[in-house]
Amino acid sequence: MGVIAFTYVIFLLVLILADMSYTSPNEIINALKSEEIQYSIKLSLISCTITMILSLIVAIPLGYFMARYEFRFKKFIDAVLDIPIILPPLVIGLSLLILFNQTPLKGFLDLFGISVSFTVVSVIIAQFTVACAFAIRTMYITFLQINNRQEQVALTLGCNQRQSFFYVLLPQAKNGILTAGALAWARALGEFGPLLIFSGSTRMRTEVLSVSVYLEITTGKIEAAVAVSIIMIISGFAVLMIVRMFGDSKKML
Amino acid sequence: MIECLDLNITQGDFNLTNLNFKVEKGDYIVLMGKTGCGKTTVLESICGLRKLKSGEIWLNGKEITSLVPALREIGYVPQDGALFETMTVAQNIGFALKIRKWGKSKIEERTKELADLLHISYLLERKAQGLSGGEKQRVALARALSFYPDVLCLDEPLSALDEDTKEQMYDLLIELKENLDITIVHVSHSKMEAVKLASRVLLFKEGSIKELNPLEI
Repeated sequence: MGVIAFTYVIFLLVLILADMSYTSPNEIINALKSEEIQYSIKLSLISCTITMILSLIVAIPLGYFMARYEFRFKKFIDAVLDIPIILPPLVIGLSLLILFNQTPLKGFLDLFGISVSFTVVSVIIAQFTVACAFAIRTMYITFLQINNRQEQVALTLGCNQRQSFFYVLLPQAKNGILTAGALAWARALGEFGPLLIFSGSTRMRTEVLSVSVYLEITTGKIEAAVAVSIIMIISGFAVLMIVRMFGDSKKML
Repeated sequence: MIECLDLNITQGDFNLTNLNFKVEKGDYIVLMGKTGCGKTTVLESICGLRKLKSGEIWLNGKEITSLVPALREIGYVPQDGALFETMTVAQNIGFALKIRKWGKSKIEERTKELADLLHISYLLERKAQGLSGGEKQRVALARALSFYPDVLCLDEPLSALDEDTKEQMYDLLIELKENLDITIVHVSHSKMEAVKLASRVLLFKEGSIKELNPLEI
């Protein structure tokens, strides 16, 4: 039983090793020198970081609300929050495309001269739509695991709800926040399906690392695609390791 | 003095109806009864942590029924102490004073005074996480006493302690009762705790309260 389970770990490592054997350090360096890939790395870093910050801004209060309060339709809202996790990525992209182009929202944004689809903004929206769901789930579990007795004691010691949240609960949720942020960042980095539909795959415009892999493959540059993949694997793995070293791995999804 | 008048409390399917009792100033009251009889619910209602369906709670002649916990000036120690684990012991004890915007030196002075009283001076710089059960309860008591509350509410504070530590805590609670002019309401399952500590016992039975002398239990 244990051997079968462990085989999966080996399988994953072999997958990465296979990628590495297909490319060389020179290929990776060449990929890093390419203007398109440099743009792609820059946009990925910026968009993933903005997505992470936005996800935490939403996930911390929403996770707290879901963990601490009972209300009608809670199960319904709980299920809605998981939609981005279970839906096929292409469906999310399609839904975003329809929302921003085929509904009154487009007319409203046009009034202010704002165009969303196929722009950098659409990259962040697409990443945020999926990554935020993971951050919310992580924060929900984090707050559930913290005994609310400490917040109650804080209230009797003179705190109002806001003070008890910021002085007592939030410091205890530090590891969960780190985990949620890292997870949102890593998830945003790996996002592709919604981006392809909602942001397009325009070189040096909406090109993040996952799109670069796709563009390199479609132009027949398999070695370059693998080199970019290796960059993604290393950065994603680095984030996951940081979380496991400094965060709370029990809350990883 | 605490007066609870016609308290009605609903919690899911559980109901407490028309409870009336008084706790005189300086009394040490132990609330006893079977598990699930509602004694902790009543304690939490006194602290303002649970809403009443109806009824009134008065503290020293002032109605506090609708006051938020922060304005009741009641010290509260739950079963596990519920220390703030990311803080040191000193920060835990001084927390309520910091919220009240006391100066740093005054907070330090009061923290030291309480640490001496509760024999935990050697713990002040330690993180709250990792303390023993007895140490945690002493720190929780010091924290609850820091802002000079009129009433101290203890929710089964000794139930998780070993026998030796319990004995030490009995002495400590008796010392507190004698040295501080404070009213104590203590929830417990233990007859021994009631006999050792209580000036009066309120026994919860089938939704009503019966007052007993500790030696009658």
